[in-house]
Amino acid sequence: MNHQAMRRAAAVSVATLMGVGALTACGGGDDGGGGASDTVKVTLANHVWTEAIKKKIPDFEKESGLTVEVSQLSEDQLADSYKVKLNAGSSDFDVMMYRPLQVGKLFGKSNFLADLGDKVTEDPDWNWDDFQDGPVSLTTYKDTVVGVPLITESEVLYYRKDLLEQAGIDVPTTMKELEAAAKQISEENDGVAGFVSRTQASAAVTQFSGFLYSFGGTWTDGNDNATINTDEAKAAYAFYGKLLREYGPDQLSTDMSWPEAMAIFQQGKAAFETDASSLYDNLGNPDKSKVADDVGVAAFPAGPAGSKPYNVAAWALGINANSENQDNAWTFIKWATSPDMTLEMQKEGTPSARTSVWDNPDSTADLPDDLVAAIAANGKNGVGTDRPLVVNVAEAREIVGTPIVVAITGGDSDAAAETANSKFQDLLDSEK
Amino acid sequence: MAVAPPPEVSGREKLSQWANSHRKWLFASPAVLFIVLLIVIPIGWTLYLSFTDAAGSVRAPFGFVGFDNYIDALTNTSRFWPAVWRTAVFTVGALIFELAAGLAIALLLRRPFKAQGWVRVVVLLPFVATPVAIAMMWRLIFNPNIGFANQVLGWFGIAPQPWFADPSSTLPTLIFVDVWEFTPMIAVILLAGLTSLSDEPDEAARIDGAGAWQRLWYVTLPLLRPMILVAIMLRAIDALKTFDLLYVVKGPGGGSFHEAETLNIYAYTESLLFSNFGYSSAVLILFFLMIVLVMWLLTLRRREVT
Repeated sequence: MNHQAMRRAAAVSVATLMGVGALTACGGGDDGGGGASDTVKVTLANHVWTEAIKKKIPDFEKESGLTVEVSQLSEDQLADSYKVKLNAGSSDFDVMMYRPLQVGKLFGKSNFLADLGDKVTEDPDWNWDDFQDGPVSLTTYKDTVVGVPLITESEVLYYRKDLLEQAGIDVPTTMKELEAAAKQISEENDGVAGFVSRTQASAAVTQFSGFLYSFGGTWTDGNDNATINTDEAKAAYAFYGKLLREYGPDQLSTDMSWPEAMAIFQQGKAAFETDASSLYDNLGNPDKSKVADDVGVAAFPAGPAGSKPYNVAAWALGINANSENQDNAWTFIKWATSPDMTLEMQKEGTPSARTSVWDNPDSTADLPDDLVAAIAANGKNGVGTDRPLVVNVAEAREIVGTPIVVAITGGDSDAAAETANSKFQDLLDSEK
Repeated sequence: MAVAPPPEVSGREKLSQWANSHRKWLFASPAVLFIVLLIVIPIGWTLYLSFTDAAGSVRAPFGFVGFDNYIDALTNTSRFWPAVWRTAVFTVGALIFELAAGLAIALLLRRPFKAQGWVRVVVLLPFVATPVAIAMMWRLIFNPNIGFANQVLGWFGIAPQPWFADPSSTLPTLIFVDVWEFTPMIAVILLAGLTSLSDEPDEAARIDGAGAWQRLWYVTLPLLRPMILVAIMLRAIDALKTFDLLYVVKGPGGGSFHEAETLNIYAYTESLLFSNFGYSSAVLILFFLMIVLVMWLLTLRRREVT
């Protein structure tokens, strides 16, 4: 090709590329145009709350005149999709359901979420002050409100009423009583585990946190110093590991997240389980659980430092900072988190973060009394986080979760805690 | 001296002349554009990122670190090299069993018999289902406490096995599931090869008094070698980059002890979970180079054969 021909070829390629660009721009043009658009794109996680709100969305569309496009993904897919799209500056979605504990710092630091500071305070009837302080602190990044808390969770003790009765034991209120009861029941009932809980290193971290706090331990000292090698933390690791190793299922695996652990309880093969209050439906619903009639719920048992389960805002709604439909997005969030809707959602079984809802006896009428009592008790003692609050939560979970599996498999969990502590310190230092 | 003006040529004619003389480029351009957009640019961008310390968000400022990420990966004996080893064990392990079983199935299905159509459908079924669904199914079957596999073992008085639960038995169990799923693919390729072979060499060998094994070993297999190499190549690429099965069964990090963490899972963990984009890009580039190397070695063998 001679020089002139090459220049022409280059010109044609550029023209073609620009043509393609113009075409795609036309395609996207319908949704652009700032406030002129009448759609709002909402990304939600697979969750009880999502199922309940989806039924009400047609009412919202009628009321507001907006069209809601819902995409629904599993937790992991949702997180991956946010990271990929937000990094690319995509405006593919307006409203985002997200986990403030897991991604709050990362999204805040990366400016992925729009500032909601003015929006949340503009309408006194919607009442921002009604939201509990703990959850609000999680959806606030450096004094800027970036999300509205949606669902709260705390760690409770699930137990089998029939097995306890048969063994003549009261519902345990302390770790010591829990261990003794788990031991007795597992010895008296062949094929039934005294205790079951998560065993996969990362997944177990959140449920282990209640044990850590109740033994007097913490993840850090509040000044970016790792504290998972203290005597209290080591005792908590060893205790959690021992419960599972000695009184757990016969074939103990180290890959159980909540579905696997819960499946064992659902099949009637465990006496006690500790996990999130929001998972109650999986055990108490006869369609999902063989032992639904015999499931009891109790507040988290007390350790040497008292009963200190986590009590957190598990999910929140935020607005994509790149969204071109921020006003529509806010209209949706405001509707979905209004006092009335929050009450409705709580009746459907998702604990809310609004004080007024918990004060309303209506809100708990459909939930079992022992679950409400357990959540109320946890509300008083609860700690506002169930994992280390850092930017790279996934890596931190993997690190602090290692001593858990070492303890479960009967290894030297004290040594594992020392190693994990120095790795965790490296991570904390790298984020300074 | 007056120069005669060039003959008037309309713009349209000019364009059509130009298009005529460049038609081979014009017709190829959509494909070239496609490859550039979907393959060259992403790989180039990954290569670029692999020399930076990008982390958290690629839109956050990041700097160049030269070959640091590569050095970090190549000196990482706790995660990177074990992941390389597991990738190799998984790929080679699965390939050997799949080839053996696939060849056996292809030989059995070669001669026509009653209900052959049905048998072919049944054999193909695992290959048709989606890997995520298959992984979830096997995870339930192999659940050590409430799974079907251990119940079956119990009927025969065999002690329950840990399957995916124990780090040492995880990889073999994963290989088993992969073999179950992808043997049909090998069988289909080899069956196509077998049916295209001419019967004459086989008959000649039979007349010369060769037994069934001798004919398989000295006649059929050498003739089938190009097809076997194709099957190995296609399946090796696929097995090297297996992700769905491993992720569904063992989750992020390849399980509590990273027992199922292959290079693909490791790169995923570093990039999407830990957001270490620079480092994970270096891992991916190294992985890419390894695949290219393996493919190059395989095609060398293929050229020798043909």
